[in-house]
Amino acid sequence: MEAIADQSVVVRESLGARVWQYCRRHPTIVIGALLLLVMLMIALLASYLTVDPMKLNPIKRLRVPGEGMLFGTDMYGRDVFARTLHGSKISLLVGLSAAAVSTFFGLTIGLMAGYNRLFDTIVMRFMDGIMAIPSILLAIALVSLTGASVGIVIVAISIPEIPRVVRLVRSVVLTIREQPYVEAAISVGARLPKILLRHILPNTLAPLIVQATYVCASAMITEAILSFLGAGTPPDIPSWGNIIAEGRQYFQRAPWIIFFPGIFLTITVLAVNILGDGLRDGLDPRIARQMR
Amino acid sequence: MFAYVIRRILATIPVMGVVAIFVFLLLHLTPGDPAAVIAGDYASPADVERIRETLGLNKPLHVQFFAWTGRLFQGDLGISIFSKVPVIKLIGQRIEPTLALATTTIIFAVLVAVPLGVLAAWKSGTWIDRSVMIFAVLGFSVPIFIIAYSMIWTLSISLHWFPVQGYKSFLIESGFGLEGVCRDTGRSGCGLVPFFRHIALPSIALGLVYVALIARITRASVMEVLTEDYIRTAHAKGLSSRVVLIRHALKNASVPIVTIIGIGIALLLGGVVVTESVFNIPGLGRLTVDAILHRDYPIIQGLILIFAGVYVLINLLVDISYTFLDPRIRY
Amino acid sequence: MAEKVLRVAPHADLKNLDPIWTTAYITRNHGYMVYDTLIAMDGDLNPQPQMLEGWDVSDDGLTYTFTLRDGLKWHDGAPVTSVDCIASIMRWSKRDGMGQKLADFTKSLSRIDDKSFKLVLNKPYGLVLASLGKISSNVPFMMPVRLAMMDAFEAVPEIVGSGPFIFDKDAWVPGSKVVYRKNTAYVPRSEPASYAAGGKRVHVDTVEWIYIPDAATTMNALVAGEIDFWESPAVDLVPSMEGNPDITIKVIDPLGTQGWLRPNHLNPPFDNPKARQALTHMVNQEDYLRSIIGDEKFWSTCPAYFMCGTPLDTDVGSEALVKQDLEKARALLKEGGYNGETLILMDPTDIPVLHGASLVTAQMLRDIGAKVEVQAMDWSTLTSRRAERKSIADGGWNIFHTYSTGADVSSPIANIGISGGCVEKAWFGWPCDRDGPDSLEGLRDAFSEEADPAKQKAIATKLQARAYEVVPYVNYGQWFQPTAFRSTLKGVLISPVPFFWNIELN
Repeated sequence: MEAIADQSVVVRESLGARVWQYCRRHPTIVIGALLLLVMLMIALLASYLTVDPMKLNPIKRLRVPGEGMLFGTDMYGRDVFARTLHGSKISLLVGLSAAAVSTFFGLTIGLMAGYNRLFDTIVMRFMDGIMAIPSILLAIALVSLTGASVGIVIVAISIPEIPRVVRLVRSVVLTIREQPYVEAAISVGARLPKILLRHILPNTLAPLIVQATYVCASAMITEAILSFLGAGTPPDIPSWGNIIAEGRQYFQRAPWIIFFPGIFLTITVLAVNILGDGLRDGLDPRIARQMR
Repeated sequence: MFAYVIRRILATIPVMGVVAIFVFLLLHLTPGDPAAVIAGDYASPADVERIRETLGLNKPLHVQFFAWTGRLFQGDLGISIFSKVPVIKLIGQRIEPTLALATTTIIFAVLVAVPLGVLAAWKSGTWIDRSVMIFAVLGFSVPIFIIAYSMIWTLSISLHWFPVQGYKSFLIESGFGLEGVCRDTGRSGCGLVPFFRHIALPSIALGLVYVALIARITRASVMEVLTEDYIRTAHAKGLSSRVVLIRHALKNASVPIVTIIGIGIALLLGGVVVTESVFNIPGLGRLTVDAILHRDYPIIQGLILIFAGVYVLINLLVDISYTFLDPRIRY
Repeated sequence: MAEKVLRVAPHADLKNLDPIWTTAYITRNHGYMVYDTLIAMDGDLNPQPQMLEGWDVSDDGLTYTFTLRDGLKWHDGAPVTSVDCIASIMRWSKRDGMGQKLADFTKSLSRIDDKSFKLVLNKPYGLVLASLGKISSNVPFMMPVRLAMMDAFEAVPEIVGSGPFIFDKDAWVPGSKVVYRKNTAYVPRSEPASYAAGGKRVHVDTVEWIYIPDAATTMNALVAGEIDFWESPAVDLVPSMEGNPDITIKVIDPLGTQGWLRPNHLNPPFDNPKARQALTHMVNQEDYLRSIIGDEKFWSTCPAYFMCGTPLDTDVGSEALVKQDLEKARALLKEGGYNGETLILMDPTDIPVLHGASLVTAQMLRDIGAKVEVQAMDWSTLTSRRAERKSIADGGWNIFHTYSTGADVSSPIANIGISGGCVEKAWFGWPCDRDGPDSLEGLRDAFSEEADPAKQKAIATKLQARAYEVVPYVNYGQWFQPTAFRSTLKGVLISPVPFFWNIELN
């Protein structure tokens, strides 16, 4: 009787307690993920939470934050609160897309390079070449030479990140390929796709996820820098980067224009970085640490 | 080892080749016409076309490419479309500020970050460790221009401790074509003190990101080394913690640290661009951004080649340094 | 004796050095440093002799005899002769609109002796002196004959002039700093300086143009005394400097600047005059000026195509512009054939004034029911795209914005925006109205052939009325760019172009 009663007590506590235990053991993952989630919610709900971020109102320009205008207005009378919240959309879109694009292409190229020696020699020279060009310059050149749009900015930020992902995946492939169980699988007649799926891909997942989070964080900052230098997403649609860029000469007269998007950007990038750190420590420390 | 060095150097050639093709294609396959910019705001379409002809922009691509590479091998990086000054001369004028900024930044970053990282590893788990780590994560989460503007606001405008902008050479009579930078009436001319006063804020603003990166890696690798058996042996032998840290731990952790410093220098070339823009330092970073935004093709090509070359060189040096730092690495 | 250096922050980076080859204002300013002109405009907009001793006009008005004054020398020491001037005029006339018009009226331009030359017209032309004394781009600067003989479509390789400053080529750092040294051999005229006319007396040893791309950095540099003169401060930053006794804020350009909303007359809907008139009803100058300039001290609404406060100032035909009527605009746009297609608006984000204007126009267009795509680009890209006459489907454009200095806009001949010369001769946007004496081109021709000021005004008034019907561009406002400089500077001249002679450091 006592044993059964004890067990039921253990079962009832376990779900809530397990979550709590997880939080205590991996605080960084939880904090990072929560903050990121908040930003995502803001991005999705921005239209319902604020007025039109693009509405010009020249009479009310450069107003200090106050009633009705939580974050003040900018040089055209647009509401900074609205622009900041809507800005999360582009910044997060750029960050997440850059992470996705670079991971996808990096994975594909890395897998092929790990498997085919000829492809490997040619492709790695290309990757080295791309890595040799400073990523900011490459991004500025791509954006300003093809015309600014969100898509181009994403491509421009992703391209310099691909080589690192390729190297990561390639080294995993090379390591796993030498393993006895893979050789055994081949000798038994297992086909390439099956080997990729069952043995190699799972081992790349952990470092890939970690790398993807770092790419996301770095992409959001790069977008801000590109906007700052005049080669970012079109200012018609607010992103934190171009709100800051438009407001840069007002940093003494109307610092709220830079301050609020700057804080949001910092918090989001921080969240993603912390999340990445936590994932790295939690998932597969060995390989991930080497590749960072 | 000599053979290894030669092999590594030869391996850089195809890399630079890829960079060259990439850069050339990038500029010539994208829209945007320097002839229109040169012709001026009130020129007619016929004017623009005539200027295109004069600049040779209408010849077929491969002809332009081979002409360009041919000149490269003769050391001729071309002539700026706008100012008509040879690219080499432009680079010569602007290289001093960028080199100075990059050097002071790296020295600052390493001097601050390595001790911080070692400290954090040594006191791992304590509040010191946590503070260093939080500071490190903040370091590369805040965009650099925010850091720069905040510093200018507090330290230059409010407290007047540092000048707001500009670059002053440390040489009294500045070489490298920056004549006139030092000739100044009434205010600080050139020399060591003005140099440091002007370069301090830019270096710190730029350096914070690298302090963060380097400190993290230092901490991680020192921590890993500290768990090794030979460390326990050293302690058991009675060596003080400090000796253990510096002589054994740091030396053995040096490979990843040097790696990240090498990566940092490469990233620096990009970070320099924003810093030069905010602090009005007339260096290579700004030259490149200006050239890109105005499509001054020869400058863009020449500079990207140089940046890539420097990156490749640094990687080479880092790789070679491994053999000195870690005798286990043999080629 | 410490060297006197005047440090100026110019409005743009000096990229090209030949003011005949490009119309860029920064190159024009550079031109005034190192070159000189035969005739120059004074404060009353009258042509005055500058390099010339004077001129004689024959009774039939067809022959002008020009005589150079004494002591004129090039920077390399050689004396200025009439052959240099003739070659310079001819090179200038190949590139400049007014120069081309003058060339059309010219029968011959020939040397009499080393100090004099004559211009013979084939018809009487009222604007000979005004053309040679043109104050803004392209200014007919004089160059030595060996340079002036070069192709007008290639920049001159050497910068040698006869102006009050000498360009220091070795000290030039493109993109960062330009250095000019006082020309000690320059002989200024005895009259006081007045706009570009009068004596160009230099009181400093060196002028440095230090290009700082960031406006906030420039302001801080001026406040800290690291520069002395800021040519075009962002008007929004002026309040931060106004209370400071060390800084003087002054509008030194009394003619102001006019904003142009330029539609593309080739692509629908703005190929239809009704749609263009809709734009006039739509534009509310206050909204533009408030957004892009801010402080009311520095702008005023102005319905005149040829600037307010000038001899040709009139409000004839301007009712649509003066009172905004969005409903009328919406109706006119529909009548003009607008069918809901997306309008392409080119937005140069690197020029804050034009970027702001683009945003205002986009919003107003949306308010009258149009669909707008704002294409962000930099000014360089815009200058190449606006030259393309493609249809929208092929990547063409509908609207862009620019501005022009009053010195250029206030004359119907110098104002390139008001030309109705169609695809062959008009400026980008290609308004087409040249048939008959009452068309834009007909009236401009009449203006150029008329010397009497009262008759000129009458023609200009008719021209404006016609412009409001044809709408070559919409004037979105007039503003006056202030200049900021250290209060220790004396002698800063009032002028539509910034001049650096006459200034004393203290």
